[in-house]
Amino acid sequence: MTAPRLDAKDAAMLEQTWRDPPGLIGWFSAINHKTMSLRFMITTFVFFVLGGLLALAIRLQLAGPDGKIVGADLYSQLFTMHGSTMMFLFAVPVMQAVATYLVPLMIGARSVAFPRMNAFAYWIFTLGGIMLFVAFFLNVGPDAGWFAYVPLSSLQYSPTKRVDIWAQMITFTEMAGLMEAIVLITTILKMRAPGMTLNRMPLFVWAILATSFMVLFSMPAVMLGSTALITDRLVNTQFFNPLKGGDALLWQHLFWFFGHPEVYMIFIPPLGFISSIVATFARRPIVGYPAMVLSVVATAFLAFGLWVHHMFATNLPELGKTFFTAASLMIAIPTALQIFCWIATLWTGRLNLRTPMLFVLAFFVILLAGGLTGLMLASVSLDTQLHDSHFVVAHLHYVLMGGAVFPLFGAFYYWFPKFTGRMLSESLGRWNFWLFFIGFNLTFFPMHVLGLQGMPRRVYTYPAAMEWGSLNFAATVGSFMIAVSVLLFIVNVLRSRRHGVPAGNDPWGAGTLEWSIASPPPAGNFEMVPVVHARDPLWEPKRLPSHVTGLANDYREILVTSVADAELDHRLWLPSSSLAPFVTALATTVLFVGSIFTPWAVVWAAVPVAAGATWWFWPKKDIVEQRTGSEISPYDVEVES
Amino acid sequence: MSTLEKEKEKDKDKVLLDVSKLPTFGFGHRSPMWWGTMCLVAIESTVFALAIMSYFYLRSHAGAWPMSGLPPDLVWGTVNTGIIVASMIPNHFAKRAAERLDLKKVRLWMSVCMLVSVAFLAVRVLEFKTLNTHWDSDAYGSIVWMLMALHTTHLITDAYDSLVLTVLMFTGPLEGKRFVDVSENAGYWYFVVLSWIPIYAVIYWGARL
Repeated sequence: MTAPRLDAKDAAMLEQTWRDPPGLIGWFSAINHKTMSLRFMITTFVFFVLGGLLALAIRLQLAGPDGKIVGADLYSQLFTMHGSTMMFLFAVPVMQAVATYLVPLMIGARSVAFPRMNAFAYWIFTLGGIMLFVAFFLNVGPDAGWFAYVPLSSLQYSPTKRVDIWAQMITFTEMAGLMEAIVLITTILKMRAPGMTLNRMPLFVWAILATSFMVLFSMPAVMLGSTALITDRLVNTQFFNPLKGGDALLWQHLFWFFGHPEVYMIFIPPLGFISSIVATFARRPIVGYPAMVLSVVATAFLAFGLWVHHMFATNLPELGKTFFTAASLMIAIPTALQIFCWIATLWTGRLNLRTPMLFVLAFFVILLAGGLTGLMLASVSLDTQLHDSHFVVAHLHYVLMGGAVFPLFGAFYYWFPKFTGRMLSESLGRWNFWLFFIGFNLTFFPMHVLGLQGMPRRVYTYPAAMEWGSLNFAATVGSFMIAVSVLLFIVNVLRSRRHGVPAGNDPWGAGTLEWSIASPPPAGNFEMVPVVHARDPLWEPKRLPSHVTGLANDYREILVTSVADAELDHRLWLPSSSLAPFVTALATTVLFVGSIFTPWAVVWAAVPVAAGATWWFWPKKDIVEQRTGSEISPYDVEVES
Repeated sequence: MSTLEKEKEKDKDKVLLDVSKLPTFGFGHRSPMWWGTMCLVAIESTVFALAIMSYFYLRSHAGAWPMSGLPPDLVWGTVNTGIIVASMIPNHFAKRAAERLDLKKVRLWMSVCMLVSVAFLAVRVLEFKTLNTHWDSDAYGSIVWMLMALHTTHLITDAYDSLVLTVLMFTGPLEGKRFVDVSENAGYWYFVVLSWIPIYAVIYWGARL
């Protein structure tokens, strides 16, 4: 049975309705979730490349003893910029960027909820990232480490604007992150196609839901902390000044109450990538769906009980530390459970070893190594020895690169055909993969040994007598292999988007809804919104009713369903494209950047922000009048349950 | 319509699920706007909770609390708590009117809400004047001002939101989902009021008990 389709005229109207407006102003007015997501992905990828170039500079400097390429001051900026860029401008946002593309497609929705806020979040994020790099090129790049510990980051020890730039970069990126979380939670809970109960939701969507809730409860901590830091520096508040009753450890608590969950905000979405990829390339549904869902949710909860393990080297009570050791060991359980479920899936499936799958298999190896060094660091005594050494650098790169970047590359290979309609080249993909895998291990494995030998983090050079030269040289060679591999990826993307093999709707034979529509998807995603009867709708026999009818083609009308069971509830009109989110984001940027130089910017720049937000909200008369005739009040109908 | 035609009609129903009779807006947790607002409430509550925890964290490390000087005067803070709590009454009626799609009463009660907003913003200025500490005096002063500034920001932004919405309810263009906006705006207002109660307790009584 073929799916019912709209006739050509209606389909054209639907396309016209959801399309972004043309022209330059139209470009800045775009709010379609796919447009914004692609821009978001490209922007985060640019930051990934910039962060990577900073890392290459670090590796060049450390390649041999007594390196002379950069001085201590620039080196401090390099590692701070590298860490801040990778964490705040790449790892967390790229997951949200991918999610805002895929979630609506996976749940059978025509848009994200709050599309204008989604656009605003993108602009705020991008402008914040631009501010950081402009500052860096003006020699005011942050230099107090990516976690900006006080007292080093206090005005006394960092008297220039560098730390202020860092603190405002936090404000920009966390504000964007929080808004994306709101967008994603609401989309997932209220906009699933009828029949897609929570129990039928793809595991990727579950991962994004859990991550977004973590964002809600963790990002406020770093925003509060960085606000206290910047007011300490600009208007002489005393939060972190021990002479006036302040406390330096308060910063560490606020930072890590965010910072540890952040690791899982980076790591949980890739669990969703992996579940999608493993199911498709094992050609069977994931084993133990309920266990997988519960593991993701358990990980999200436990992640909030770990933050003190970053503070084992402080004078906190020893009894308290043992609690955090226990929690740090415990969080390995749900992760292990998921890994066993994937292994069972692969074991009982028929394996199809394509590039996305290679990246996932690398995840197993690298994350396992990173997880095991994590268990080592969870022990207070061992941590006290290894704290602030290159062992920690090795550990965190094994966890973050293995846990997030490898699956992310796998995800790009997997969903690129959906984004562009063309396949990435497999042979370049294999070069990309093997150079990355070997280069990664060559770079970071030696750092374990260097750390055990006592090489600290954040030193800009070391004397030859320490005998750390050869391992460091190996690491530098490895880092250039990674660079070449990323370059190959870029070549692959640029070539394949024009000349790749046409993908069709479902090149991998996958089971979830995004593969039921054209590649790239039409502006309104689904010509007809599907009705869902199973977890992997494309792998199950078709059942009736198969699709929804009665949604408008001439307005941006969406279907709102109930939270748990996705039963029909009401129709809703989403806003049209608008320049207001972009303009409001510009005004907000003036406020944030201005406040670095004068606290009064918060007052006077609030005026254009409020004006922009009001313009954004204010409905257009002609659009409203078109629609009011066809309104149906909730009191006029009894909704069938 | 013949029986045969009816049967055919039914078959079509089986293939396609017709949603054209569904309402075009809904109140409460049926509405995405409710979920967006609740997420915002979760974020803001976390900010307040962390600021309160920071207050007690600093207090636990301090020899004397307040570190220097006097606790805030009770008068204006307590008066304003009364006003803020009382604002829930017009707010309740505005929400109820919105959910009954009663435009006249929405206009009336939102206007009353705006008057109350002017009152508590004015008294808030007096509160700041009688805190008996400055943000730069010591860590106690910093956290007290932080809590006050955070909550005052909410008062100002929510008063402004409500103002824009009130004007819209008078001038239009109106459609059904604007009643949902009024209802959700009132829901958020409850949060701004209810979050003040623990903050009031901390600022005014945390420095005394």
